[in-house]
Amino acid sequence: MTDFRLEQLVGNLLRAGVILAAAVVMAGGVWYLAAEGTARPDYHRFHGARGAMPWTQGLSGPLETIQIGLLILIATPVARVVFSMAAFGMERDRVYVGITLVVLAILAYSLAGS
Amino acid sequence: MTVAAFSGVVFLVSAAAGFLGALTGLGGGVVVTPVLTLLLAVDMHYAMGASLVSVIATSSGAAAAYVKEGYSNVRAGMLLEIATTAGAVAGAHLTSKVPVPALAIVFGAVLLYSAWHSMTELTARSAQAGDPLAERLKLNGSYPGPTGAVAYRVAHVKAGFSLMVGAGLISGLLGIGSGAMKVVAMDQAMRIPFKVSTATSNFMIGVTAAASAGIYLRHGYIHPGLAMPVMLGVLGGSLMGARLLGRARTRVLRSLFAVVIGVMALEMVYSGVTGGMR
Repeated sequence: MTDFRLEQLVGNLLRAGVILAAAVVMAGGVWYLAAEGTARPDYHRFHGARGAMPWTQGLSGPLETIQIGLLILIATPVARVVFSMAAFGMERDRVYVGITLVVLAILAYSLAGS
Repeated sequence: MTVAAFSGVVFLVSAAAGFLGALTGLGGGVVVTPVLTLLLAVDMHYAMGASLVSVIATSSGAAAAYVKEGYSNVRAGMLLEIATTAGAVAGAHLTSKVPVPALAIVFGAVLLYSAWHSMTELTARSAQAGDPLAERLKLNGSYPGPTGAVAYRVAHVKAGFSLMVGAGLISGLLGIGSGAMKVVAMDQAMRIPFKVSTATSNFMIGVTAAASAGIYLRHGYIHPGLAMPVMLGVLGGSLMGARLLGRARTRVLRSLFAVVIGVMALEMVYSGVTGGMR
């Protein structure tokens, strides 16, 4: 596979990821508006998160569903970095496999917890 | 205002921001935070979290289009991402330590810079002598021109790398893409052709924002209820804007948008100084 073909494949995969993320966020959003649409929004004051990452109980509620969509979205650029590493690996470019690993390590530090 | 009405307003405002951002090339995320905080009285941290999410959406959404053109320099982008992601992690950690009025003032300053940057035409400068480091790291490349491939050399790798740490720091600190700073680092410092810089910057913006996102999520800055209308709005608006690109006359629009950004920047600084934002 040529560089360009691989890039195109990755570009289309990214777009599919964004579409999937938007669909999940939209589904959670419809649920959210149906369940809490008449409540008053409370974004004036920051409540913060105590301890663990909030809204991570799977599909248990509307906000949790939206959160899953957001996590899919955040995963798309990470997937792109992983694909780039595979491409550098196929070219046997060790220097760039190493560089990509550093980027992945920083991303893992941020996403998997410090 | 109910949640339904509020979400509707946020969606429309975000769609307008995404539309203008794509059409003018300034990015929509940068105006989301001032609009949410100044007009809709949303807390600064929630606004930055929602904006960060929309930045990832537009970057990944536009990637397919950029890839087809074949401009982006994947090696340069990956190398510089070490700098931007490291900067972003530091910036995202810093956000919880910096008081909100100070964040508002820094945000205003960065906005002013973006407005000014969009008004000035940068002069293209090609590197006379490339950086030996660029040779060793295989950063020199070529892009499709009207009459075949145009080769270019990359200069000042270390300077560009340092500027990218700053761009990443600002991105993580304020929840924006800081695309303008990335393009300047590549285009002006490293002498990478403008089109290549823009395409590579788009690729880097999403990865940089993802590096902040984990920390933002854990601090609770990304509220799903607010991120939902912002993400869907900015994404929808920017896709529409990108479709119109090339057909619309953007020069007047660009100046207009720059003025809007400039006014919001001054408002941000003002509310930060007077304590209107906490």
